[in-house]
Amino acid sequence: MSIIRSLKQLLIVCLLSLPVLGHAQANDEQAQSLLTQLADASYAQKGKIAGEIARSGDERARGWLEAFSAGKLAKVEDSGKFVIVLSNRGRNWTVQDALTGDDLGEISRRDLDTIRVNNSLRSEIDGILSVIDLTVNDADKRLEAARGLRGNVDEAMAKKLTELMASEEDADVKATLDEALAIYKVEEQGDIGAVKTLSGSLNSEARAALNSATYSDDPALKQAAQDALASIETKLKWNRAAETLYFGLSLGSVLVLAAIGLAITFGVMGVINMAHGELIMLGAYTTWGMQQMLPGQPGLALILSIPAGFLVSALAGVAIERSVIQFLKGRPLETLLATFGISLVLQQLVRTVISPLNRTVVTPDWMSGSIMVNEALSLTLNRLYIIGFALVVFVGLMLIMRKTRLGLEVRAVTQNRAMARSMGIKATKVDIMTFALGSGVAGLAGVALSQITNVGPNLGQNYIIDSFMVVVFGGVGNLWGTLVAGLSLGTINQLLEPWAGAVLAKILVLVFIILFIQKRPRGLFPQKGRAAEG
Amino acid sequence: MSYSQSWLTRPFTERSTQIFLGVLFLAVMVVSVLHLVMPEGSALYVSSYTVTLLGKYLCYALLAVAVDLVWGYLGILSLGHGAFFALGGYAMGMYLMRQIGDRGVYGDPTLPDFMVFLNWDSLPWYWHGFDMAWFAFIMVLLAPGLLALVFGFLAFRSRVTGVYLSIITQALTFALMLAFFRNEMGFGGNNGLTDFKDILGFDLRTDAARLGLFIATGIALAVGYVICRAIVTSKLGRVSVACRDAEARTRFLGYRVERVQLFVFVVSAMLAGVAGALYVPQVGIINPSEFSPLFSIEIVVWVALGGRATLYGAVIGAIIVNYAKTVFTGIMPDAWLFALGALFVLVTVFLPKGIAGLLPGLKKKTDDESEAPTSGKEATA
Repeated sequence: MSIIRSLKQLLIVCLLSLPVLGHAQANDEQAQSLLTQLADASYAQKGKIAGEIARSGDERARGWLEAFSAGKLAKVEDSGKFVIVLSNRGRNWTVQDALTGDDLGEISRRDLDTIRVNNSLRSEIDGILSVIDLTVNDADKRLEAARGLRGNVDEAMAKKLTELMASEEDADVKATLDEALAIYKVEEQGDIGAVKTLSGSLNSEARAALNSATYSDDPALKQAAQDALASIETKLKWNRAAETLYFGLSLGSVLVLAAIGLAITFGVMGVINMAHGELIMLGAYTTWGMQQMLPGQPGLALILSIPAGFLVSALAGVAIERSVIQFLKGRPLETLLATFGISLVLQQLVRTVISPLNRTVVTPDWMSGSIMVNEALSLTLNRLYIIGFALVVFVGLMLIMRKTRLGLEVRAVTQNRAMARSMGIKATKVDIMTFALGSGVAGLAGVALSQITNVGPNLGQNYIIDSFMVVVFGGVGNLWGTLVAGLSLGTINQLLEPWAGAVLAKILVLVFIILFIQKRPRGLFPQKGRAAEG
Repeated sequence: MSYSQSWLTRPFTERSTQIFLGVLFLAVMVVSVLHLVMPEGSALYVSSYTVTLLGKYLCYALLAVAVDLVWGYLGILSLGHGAFFALGGYAMGMYLMRQIGDRGVYGDPTLPDFMVFLNWDSLPWYWHGFDMAWFAFIMVLLAPGLLALVFGFLAFRSRVTGVYLSIITQALTFALMLAFFRNEMGFGGNNGLTDFKDILGFDLRTDAARLGLFIATGIALAVGYVICRAIVTSKLGRVSVACRDAEARTRFLGYRVERVQLFVFVVSAMLAGVAGALYVPQVGIINPSEFSPLFSIEIVVWVALGGRATLYGAVIGAIIVNYAKTVFTGIMPDAWLFALGALFVLVTVFLPKGIAGLLPGLKKKTDDESEAPTSGKEATA
């Protein structure tokens, strides 16, 4: 019984597979002939044959064409078999049968005849491959393929694209295909209708097509193309402005992060902490350390290093306050010198204990990449996260200073130490807490900075002068001032950069602040009333 | 102290100035004689390397005196004096570059090597005149003096003082450092100016030129010291100390505080420029690292270690710290920054009056006035 059933099954399988086998054989013969043609054809004809291969509907066509484009499709000299080269190192190349996919092991490269390819063929094949990709099920893949097609459409492809467009369901893919076709029509046929399609496009190929259309002999086409270009230009200008603003804000939020801790220790407490930069550095190194402890989980390590960085820097800050700063109360210039000494020691400590070289901090997947708003504007994710992080830290500090008992006590001690003490506030404790808070925020800044800059012993030095500038520019003792100053300095720097260059822009900003302080010695938002007399 | 004497001769009647000048004269003489007379193998022989090293220390000492003048007697903590030092140095460096003539690597008769390398076809306008020694030497004073004048005018007029002034002087030198790093500035960019051949016709590599520069630096330090003493013992000096201790009160008494500050600041910047100008031919290079904020703040710690508002303390501090630096960086380079950092902390916490403060006997005899800065003003600021 069971034997009969097994036989029956076997029979069914055989019967079913027969036509398939036959079909495959027919395909193989066709493929073999097409590939032979490809191998023997001149460069001029190869493109056409590649197109035929693509149209043959063979699902292996993609692999062949890719290999061909990479110069890895070869013919075995004696057997005439076509193979795909997997590795072309050394004398013997590892190959795979192009038709069956079987592994053929190693063949001496002398026995192989690589099918030659040139650059213009390569770009043609890219176009052909895109057409193949347009038939896949995944809409994202189709969109990518459609994007690659712009500027690469030829006559044969145009027909195919029109067909594909009619059956396309995804709106984005359809629009992109429409654009690709329009570029072709403008370039090859001078179609005014197509010019209209392109008028809102930010794609560089579309602009190139319109640009060449402005040299056309047809005045109507020329005019239409010029109008379209003008509208694109305005759109681009806005996008560039938005991009500059984005970079400015991201640079500004880095400045805010670096300076906001200083705004507390310097601005609120009046302590000049030149080691602030090194507290930032400690935060960055904490992130690195966390990632070393949790290998393979950079994201988790980064999140854990937010509290860890805060703690490490806060503890370091308390140590500095207790060991040095408390003895120099009321002598700001001496405090400046002593904390500068501490910053030198901390830098050298990192150099000696860890390494004088920069350490790599891994950016987790969810922070890398970018959001593409449109073709001219994409926002890098890590910067976006940092802008958000800076705002969160700022709001958090604001709440602490405004809404908590600690904030109240800090403000009381700053305004009138003696009075605050006689009201029962432990001024020394408040000093320690405030300094720990400011230092901890520096640590947070370090965690954020580790994602966008090199983590090395000099990390803090690069930010200390900028941070002081931001605090002084914004007005000492004013957190809002720090936010506004940081963001505006970042934006000013980015605005100047395109025409002045990065270094000159920085110099100009410094000179601007130096002059600004002459005009308003107490910064953008000076403290008024009793707090100002401190 | 009577004010009937001329302001110029008054310093020479002070014990401290007499001792300082005597010691300095003796030291320079001894070094020169030992260098010239002793045979090379002798234990007492001073090599030309040592002579140049000592010359470098004396340059630093002059720079420290300049910083002490503004910090000790005017209460302005300048974290940007390295900028004035470097500007003087660059003025001298430009003169020395022009003296190379066609002996450079590229053999261009007017253009310095780095300009040929950057394909410049003519000398930038601000390089003209530096082939003449007198012009260059005037620029050594003028370039830092003008910067100090403009910067000081803007700052003092709007009454920027204390920590704010310190921070913007630091920003000033930082901005200048970034600027001088740019090749487009025409000062040799990253590499600065180097490969000097001769000065005033003397070959810089000969022992005689080195000794001459050493003696010149000694004389410059003596002159600079006397100028500073003359200023601080004059009526102007008294007003400047008053500004240091109670700026508002001095202003209410009718003194033009900002003018006093500006004058002293500019003189100090010029002294720093001279120190830089003498430093460059001795070390043979000037590059933007002299503008770095770290160097400027290091000068302040020399003064702090030696003792503020003593002038001779600044000299002692500069020589001790730099000698220590030479020794440390030779034996264990890693330890130097630890030592320097610790020095900053220890001096400010435990030695607020510096080494000069440890010599109360000497201080009482030499200065009959109380000159140690009080922290009164800073406590109220």
